Amino acid sequence: MIQIETNKTPKCELEIKKQWCKGCNLCVAACPRSVLALDLLGKIKVVEAEKCIACGLCESTCPDFAIRVIKNA
Amino acid sequence: MSFDVMDYFRQETLPHIWCPGCGNGIILRDFAVALERLNYPRDEVVIVSGIGCSSRAAGYLNFDTVHTTHGRALPFATGIKLANPNLKVFVIMGDGDSSAIGGNHLIHAARRNIDLTAIIFNNNIYGMTGGQFSPLTPRDKKATTAPYGMIEQSFDICRLAEGAGATYVGRATTYHNQLLTQLIIDGAQNPGFSLIEAVTHCPTSYGRRNGMASPSDMVRWQKDNAVWIDKVRAGKAEVKDGQFTIGLLHRHEAPEFTQAYMEVIKRARGQE
Ligand SMILES: Cc1ncc(C[n+]2csc(CCOP(=O)(O)OP(=O)(O)O)c2C)c(N)n1
Ligand code: SF4
Ligand code: SF4
Repeated sequence: MIQIETNKTPKCELEIKKQWCKGCNLCVAACPRSVLALDLLGKIKVVEAEKCIACGLCESTCPDFAIRVIKNA
Repeated sequence: MSFDVMDYFRQETLPHIWCPGCGNGIILRDFAVALERLNYPRDEVVIVSGIGCSSRAAGYLNFDTVHTTHGRALPFATGIKLANPNLKVFVIMGDGDSSAIGGNHLIHAARRNIDLTAIIFNNNIYGMTGGQFSPLTPRDKKATTAPYGMIEQSFDICRLAEGAGATYVGRATTYHNQLLTQLIIDGAQNPGFSLIEAVTHCPTSYGRRNGMASPSDMVRWQKDNAVWIDKVRAGKAEVKDGQFTIGLLHRHEAPEFTQAYMEVIKRARGQE
């Protein structure tokens, strides 16, 4: 079963599918606000949720569909 | 980005087989976004691919898809389109697939101006078979079959398609996502042969050998070396050695093949 981790940020929810992350670092490099980082096992994690501006760059750059940015209504 | 791209995938086939950081997943996503915006009825869309890492893309999409043989995606697509011209037929090919073994099919599909939308995943290498050079490997770049660097001139597949008669030709990269999505949408709406080159990155078989160890190095290379065609045309930018243009590169109008073929059928039946 795929687990979805939800991280609340001021402007959105960052939904993360850790099991699908291959640790390529593309989202970390793309994020203009250093919201994301790789953990010790090389999987994506949200480190500074409060800085997220909901730009969606991580979602559109992740080749593995591991991140989804759901903007606040 | 509120819609869930997963609605367009055969989710049981995921995660996909591509290497960490491979650009193919990015193109696949952009294509799914384009399909969402085009909003064609699902059973009117057919996606045909050849063989290669890139051609695996077809199998992940929840549409009628055909994974054919190396270099022959266009002949299959041509048959499908002729059998039912109402279908919206997309063709996914790698750079080797479309320009080496399938190069002849490519120029003739363009020459006929058959209403297909070809998306070329150009990673400059034969990814699936371990990194042999392709006709799109740039000069001096290394491949397993060019350990001292490629000595041949490479094709510019967009100019090749334009010269052969394609009526819509554009290029984007995995960095320029939104452009890629837009080109796919506009190419699909062009009534004739459309070719969209998606410059992508293969960290495993190309980047490692060519001084770009990480996927983000490769994406940065795209960002730094892609020059918008509009700026070039306006005299505000120039294309330096090793750089390439992106955007809508060419468009013209010409009779479309399946329509001309249907007219012939009518004439032969004396219906005209
Ligand atoms: C007729 C035939 N010849 C050769 C092959 C071996 N083969 C499989 S994939 C491939 C090339 C893949 O390169 P490309 O088309 O650029 O796609 P990529 O894997 O880089 O996405 C080749 C030569 C084959 N499957 N069939
Ligand atoms: S881009 Fe996707 S696969 Fe790569 S590190 Fe980020 S979440 Fe993981
Ligand atoms: S070999 Fe290259 S093209 Fe194939 S999946 Fe790996 S990174 Fe992608």
